[in-house]
Amino acid sequence: MRHIISLLMENEAGALSRVAGLFSSRGYNIESLTVAATEDSTLSRMTLVTTGSDDVIEQITKQLNKLIEVVKVVDLSEGNHIERELMLIKVRAVDHDREEIKRMADIFRGRIIDVTDKSYTIELTGTGSKLDAFIEAMNHTTILETVRTGASGIGRGERILKV
Amino acid sequence: MFNPTYIADIQHLETQESMSADLTGAEITVRCLQEEGVEHIFGYPGGAVLFLYDELFKQDKVRHILVRHEQAAVHAADGYARSSNKVGVALVTSGPGVTNAVTGIATAYMDSIPLVIISGQVPTHAIGLDAFQEVDTVGITRPCVKHNFLVKDVTELAVTIKKAFYIASTGRPGPVLVDIPKDVSQQKTKFVYPERVTMRSYNPNIRGHAGQIKKAVQLILEARRPMIYTGGGVILSDAAARLTELVRLLRFPCTNTLMGLGGYPATDPQFVGMLGMHGTYEANMAMQHCDVLVAVGARFDDRVIGNPKHFYNPDRKIIHIDIDPSSISKRVKVDVPIVGNVPDVLDELIKLLELRKEKPDQSALDAWWAQIDSWRERDCLRYDRASAIIKPQMVVETLYKVTNGDAFITSDVGQHQMWAAQFYKFDLPRRWINSGGLGTMGFGLPSAMGVQMANPGADVACITGEASIQMCIQELSTCKQYHLPLKIINLNNRYMGMVRQWQEFFHGNRYAESYMDALPDFVKLAESYGHVGMRIEQPGDVEAALQEAFKLKDRLVFMDFVTDQTENVFPMVPGGKGLSEMILV
Repeated sequence: MRHIISLLMENEAGALSRVAGLFSSRGYNIESLTVAATEDSTLSRMTLVTTGSDDVIEQITKQLNKLIEVVKVVDLSEGNHIERELMLIKVRAVDHDREEIKRMADIFRGRIIDVTDKSYTIELTGTGSKLDAFIEAMNHTTILETVRTGASGIGRGERILKV
Repeated sequence: MFNPTYIADIQHLETQESMSADLTGAEITVRCLQEEGVEHIFGYPGGAVLFLYDELFKQDKVRHILVRHEQAAVHAADGYARSSNKVGVALVTSGPGVTNAVTGIATAYMDSIPLVIISGQVPTHAIGLDAFQEVDTVGITRPCVKHNFLVKDVTELAVTIKKAFYIASTGRPGPVLVDIPKDVSQQKTKFVYPERVTMRSYNPNIRGHAGQIKKAVQLILEARRPMIYTGGGVILSDAAARLTELVRLLRFPCTNTLMGLGGYPATDPQFVGMLGMHGTYEANMAMQHCDVLVAVGARFDDRVIGNPKHFYNPDRKIIHIDIDPSSISKRVKVDVPIVGNVPDVLDELIKLLELRKEKPDQSALDAWWAQIDSWRERDCLRYDRASAIIKPQMVVETLYKVTNGDAFITSDVGQHQMWAAQFYKFDLPRRWINSGGLGTMGFGLPSAMGVQMANPGADVACITGEASIQMCIQELSTCKQYHLPLKIINLNNRYMGMVRQWQEFFHGNRYAESYMDALPDFVKLAESYGHVGMRIEQPGDVEAALQEAFKLKDRLVFMDFVTDQTENVFPMVPGGKGLSEMILV
C-alpha cells in the first residue's frame, strides 16, 4: 500500500543521505522524497512517499526513528491529511493549440508562467493524480519538459508535527 | 618608530591568550579521551593523524597500542569493550586507514558493541578534490555505524566527541566514528568538555510499558510449556544476574543464542544449551514446541530460528523484550512487545511475579521438563571420544577443564567457533567473545589482545582455525611488543572447515577452494615472532600440552592441534529449514 511519511530531522549536512541510504540498504521503495528547512532553520521537514506491506511500513518508521538525526516521524496516511505536489510543464503551443492549452490550464487551475511564440510553461499544483490527469490531457500536444517536486504532506486540522 | 602603548597592548593580548589557554584540535581530542577515562586506545599512525599522535606522545594517561593493521585496531578495541563494558577506542588515519578499519567497524555494528573510532581526514580545503589518502569516510562507514560525524570546525570538536561516547554507549550500543580533518587537529580554540549532552533527536532511556509488563506476567503464569530465549542484549546491558534470578524463580528452561552465551550459567540444569543452526536438539525442539516464549535481548535472526514460516506456531505466544523497537516484529510477529532496557524490565517482571505469589501450573511444568529431558537423552553433541585422531570437540572440552571454565575465550569464524560455543561452558557473561552477526574471520586474535588489555592477568584463549588465524596473523607482532600472553588454540584440519562441511552436505562433496594448501609451520612462525609454538598430533598429548601452555603465564603460546579433517558440526539446521529439521549425528 502507498504511504506518505513525514519527518522532522536536524538540518545537518549528510542527514538526507542517511535517510536515502537507509532505504537503499534495506531495500525499501522510495516513490518520491521532498525536503527543505522549516521556519526553524535547525530543522528540515521531509515528505517521503513509499509503498509496502504493513510490516514493511512498520519497519520503515522504526528504522527512520532510529536514525540519530531524525527527531520525529509520522505516517500521514494513518489519518486525514492533505497532499500537494508542484509541477512545471513546458509544452509546444502553436497555432490553434495555444487557445486550447490555455483553456485546459484554466480548467486545472494552472498558471502559465512563461510564454514564447512556440511554447507555454505551466505551473500546476495538486495531488499526484491531478498532475497525472493534466499530463494525460496534454497528450495531444507535444510535452517538451516536465518537472515534478514529489508530494508534500500535512495533517488536517489539529494534527501537527512539531518538536 | 617606538610606540610604548602599542607594545603594552600586545603584552596585554598575550597574557589574555595564555589565560584562556587555547588548545589545538589534537590536544582537545586527547583531553576528551582523558576526560572520558579512556586508558587504552588501539591504532595505527599516518599522515592525517600526525598531530593527534604527537599529543598522545606528550602524555601518559591514555596508552596507545600499536597494531599491525587497522582492522586489528578496531577488533582489539571491540574485544576490549566486550570483555569490560567500557567503550573501546580506535584511532586510524585517512584513506586506507579507514577502509582497513571498515571490517572491524561493521563487525562491531552487527553485534552492537560500543566503540568510538577516531579517523584522520585530509585538510578541509582538500576534501572533495581527490587528495592523497582521501576517502569519503562518513559515506563509506554510514551503513555500518550507529552514527558518524565529520568535524569541520574545531569549536565543535569537544562536544562532538562527547556525543560520540554518549551515543556509542547508550540505548542499543554501537560504533560511532568521528572524522577529524588534519587542519582541524591543528586549529586552536578554548577547551571546554561538556559534562553531559542532550540531543532532542536521541532519547535512549526507554522504560518498559507497565501495561505490557503486566500482560507478560499473565502469559508467563498461564504457561504450560514455557521457554526463555536470551541473546546478546542480556550481556550488553549487564542483565545476566537478573536473568538468572528470573529463570530460577520460574523454574523455566533457558537457552542462549551464540551472542548470549554466559547470560545464564551453562552448567545450570535449567540451561538447555545454545539454540539455532548449531544449537542443541533439546534447545531447538523446546523453542519450536513451547507455548510461551520469553525473548530477551535477542532478535530472532536467521541463524537462530531458521525459516520464520516454519518457526510460526499459532499455539505459541511470544513476549519480546528489547531496547530497540526495530528489533521487535522484524522477522517474527510477537504478542507482547516490551521496548525497554533489559535489566529494568526484568526487575519489573520479577517484582510483579513476586507480588502475585502465583506460580505457573507446576505439574504441566514437570511434564514439560520430562519432555525436555527425553530430548536431552538424544545426546546431540556426542562425538567419538576414543578417536585415534584428535577430535576438535575434545580439545575444547579439555581446554574447559584445564582453565576451570574460567578463561576468556575469543574465536574466529567457522567450525571451531561452533565447537567453542558448544563445548566451553560459560557460566559468566563477557567471557565469550566472537563475531556473531558479521561472522568476521580474523576477529579472534586481535580481539583477544583487547580482552587481555582490559583483563591483565586473566587467562585469555583464542580458539581458531588455520584459515581464520591467517587473516590477522600479523598481530603476533603486536602481542610480542606488548607481552600479551595469549593462548592460541589452532584447530588445524587443513580445510576451511565450515565451507567444507557445507560443500559435503549441499554441494556433492565438491570441495571448491576450501582446502588450505601451503600452510606455514605454525610452530616456527610463532617462534619467529618470539613466542612459544607447540604442535600436538596425538589425542593423548592434548591435556598435558594445554597444562604446560597455561603454566607459561607470561608467554604467548601458539598451539597447533592437528585435528580430524572430516569432523562436522552437529546438530545442524540447514539454511532455510525449520528449527526442528535438524541434521543429527
